[in-house]
Amino acid sequence: MLQIKDLHVSINGKEILKGIDLEVKAGEVHAIMGPNGSGKSTLAAALAGREMFEVNSGKVTYRGENLLELSPEDRARKGLFLGFQYPVEIPGVSIVNFMKTAINEQRKFKGLEPISASDFLRLMREKKELVGLTTSLTNRSVNEGFSGGEKKKNEIFQMAMLEPALAILDETDSGLDIDALKTVAHGVNQLRRKDNATVIITHYQRLLEYIIPDYVHVLYKGRIVKSSGKELALELEAKGYDWIKGEE
Amino acid sequence: MEEKHDHILKEVTGSEYKYGFFSDIDTETIPKGLSEDVVRLISAKKNEPDFMLEFRLKAYRHWLTMKMPQWAHLTIPEINYQDIIFYAAPKQQASLSSLDEVDPELLRTFNKLGIPLEEQKLLTGVAVDAVMDSISVKTTFRESLAELGIVFCSMSDAIREYPELVKKYIGTVVPYTDNYFASLNSAVFSDGSFCYIPRGVRCPMELSTYFRINAANSGQFERTLLVADDDSYVSYLEGCTAPMRDENQLHAAVVEIIALENAEVKYSTVQNWYPGDKNGKGGIFNFVTKRGICKGDNSKISWTQVETGSAITWKYPSCILRGENTTGEFYSVAVTNNYQQADTGTKMIHIGKNSHSTIISKGISAGHGQNSFRSLVKVVKNADKVRNFTQCDSMLMGDKCGAHTFPYIEVENESAVIEHEATTSRIGEDQIFYCNQRGIDTESAVGLIINGYAREVLNKLPMEFAVEAQKLLAISLEGSVG
Repeated sequence: MLQIKDLHVSINGKEILKGIDLEVKAGEVHAIMGPNGSGKSTLAAALAGREMFEVNSGKVTYRGENLLELSPEDRARKGLFLGFQYPVEIPGVSIVNFMKTAINEQRKFKGLEPISASDFLRLMREKKELVGLTTSLTNRSVNEGFSGGEKKKNEIFQMAMLEPALAILDETDSGLDIDALKTVAHGVNQLRRKDNATVIITHYQRLLEYIIPDYVHVLYKGRIVKSSGKELALELEAKGYDWIKGEE
Repeated sequence: MEEKHDHILKEVTGSEYKYGFFSDIDTETIPKGLSEDVVRLISAKKNEPDFMLEFRLKAYRHWLTMKMPQWAHLTIPEINYQDIIFYAAPKQQASLSSLDEVDPELLRTFNKLGIPLEEQKLLTGVAVDAVMDSISVKTTFRESLAELGIVFCSMSDAIREYPELVKKYIGTVVPYTDNYFASLNSAVFSDGSFCYIPRGVRCPMELSTYFRINAANSGQFERTLLVADDDSYVSYLEGCTAPMRDENQLHAAVVEIIALENAEVKYSTVQNWYPGDKNGKGGIFNFVTKRGICKGDNSKISWTQVETGSAITWKYPSCILRGENTTGEFYSVAVTNNYQQADTGTKMIHIGKNSHSTIISKGISAGHGQNSFRSLVKVVKNADKVRNFTQCDSMLMGDKCGAHTFPYIEVENESAVIEHEATTSRIGEDQIFYCNQRGIDTESAVGLIINGYAREVLNKLPMEFAVEAQKLLAISLEGSVG
């Protein structure tokens, strides 16, 4: 699904990622953990193609293609989804209208007709239930006036609507209370299939109690310094990031 | 990143004006220039009664004493009135009994603009008055509306067939002395639409006028008069386009609305005159005076405008709230791109007790565009319990454009409650990227964000035109990210 080889990324001329190697296969869930400022969000943004993140060297192959050559919208249309840490507000654009536009853009890319109104409504209803979004919320403008938890639920809702092959969830658990966390985790688990993959970026081990990863990687100072099974998360929780720092 | 933004901005400015074609129609024109003889000639061509000629002559003589207004935040090149053709009319038979007699090229022109004049092909529920250059070409549904007592026809026909109605109301809201361009219009106006809704009648369809400038070197000076008698209702829409030409063309229109007791008038405009090319060459100079009076108690006038065209726009659709419990509304989206300039807004004059007004303005500036919002909310001494709410939002795209606001508030009555809110924003790179990440390309993202920003205003447009206006907004601004 995704192969990253020796990826170097800088922002404003400052190198943040200093050679990342990572392989994610279909059906897998990977967790990337690390202290603040280690480059977790940079990795997510670079994979999604945000312009201000400059790729200096390295190779990223996504479903057999050179990912770095694709525009951000084409990456999305080919099934790469980024759950944002800070979802932005778009005043006046209803979630319904936004999702319909997004789905139809993806369909157009695949050579399909726009989705019918009835199919769209059915899909909306089904996915809303999955993440526990109310209709009064989906009738509002995208993220406008949403609480932190509502914004994150909305990200998972969009992920459910778009059914990506590879979902990268950037700090989806930050700022969530335990109920919201469970709802988000439930959503992600429901969407887990053999032919898709998820990369969860998180600071805390808490989310991984509800979404069980196949692999855990520790990102520190722009490099992956440790990779292991799910037990690594617990070890990190117990020993803290100082343990990694100490091993440097 | 700057580079990319410049690139995107360039792409926008490259997007073509869709209605820039010219139709080769046999046109009757009079020689260039303006004089008392020209005013008399226009009146004679239209077989007008004496009162109309006198009105024109008084206006012309007054205009000669006036100077071009300089207070707007606009850079206006000098206009040579001796270089303009004041009357240009597609040649056709004197009076048309059926559509078969209309020049087929003319029909094709309006078809191309998406305004079919064959009634069976029309959008259901919309009657059209089509005006090409100086004259009205065809008014649809005239007969079926007449059955309800509604008069909907060209201004020329109205002056001949309903002189008493025209005489009673013309110039009562916008007098011929009102301002430089209103005086000019009063002297030389050639056609426009006239509408009278009788007492107690709710007009069953949208009425619309479609203006087209076609002839070169000509100006368009139309005049619209709309009278809604007691307890009546009408929704009215106007649209306008012009061919792409290197020289500027002048459009100076007057619209007057009279709403009597309990009457309600909705007036919507989608203004898409040729805006000039990306270097600011050519385009329409649009100097328009629009004003309505809520004369009777409980009456309501609502202006909605989507302004995307013209090189220069100078326009302030206003309401005089004379009756008690009257309501005035102004909803506006104004776009300036490339070198377009707009100075637009409204005046709400509260005279009646308990009168209310709402002003919602959404300005969007891109390229080198300059966009000014100008408003006056005036409450006279005896107008008790007046309420006004004004919201004025500006959006900037790129770093070469400008947004300016000039709100004036004059209150002489202590019981008035006046609110004013204003914001300035940009389309954020983060908003665009968020859309990109959902598979929406930058051009569509800008369209989506702009339409969201202008939604409050677009929602006020009649259904049939809201979709058209949304597309127009997206086209005028495709990809201009700041």
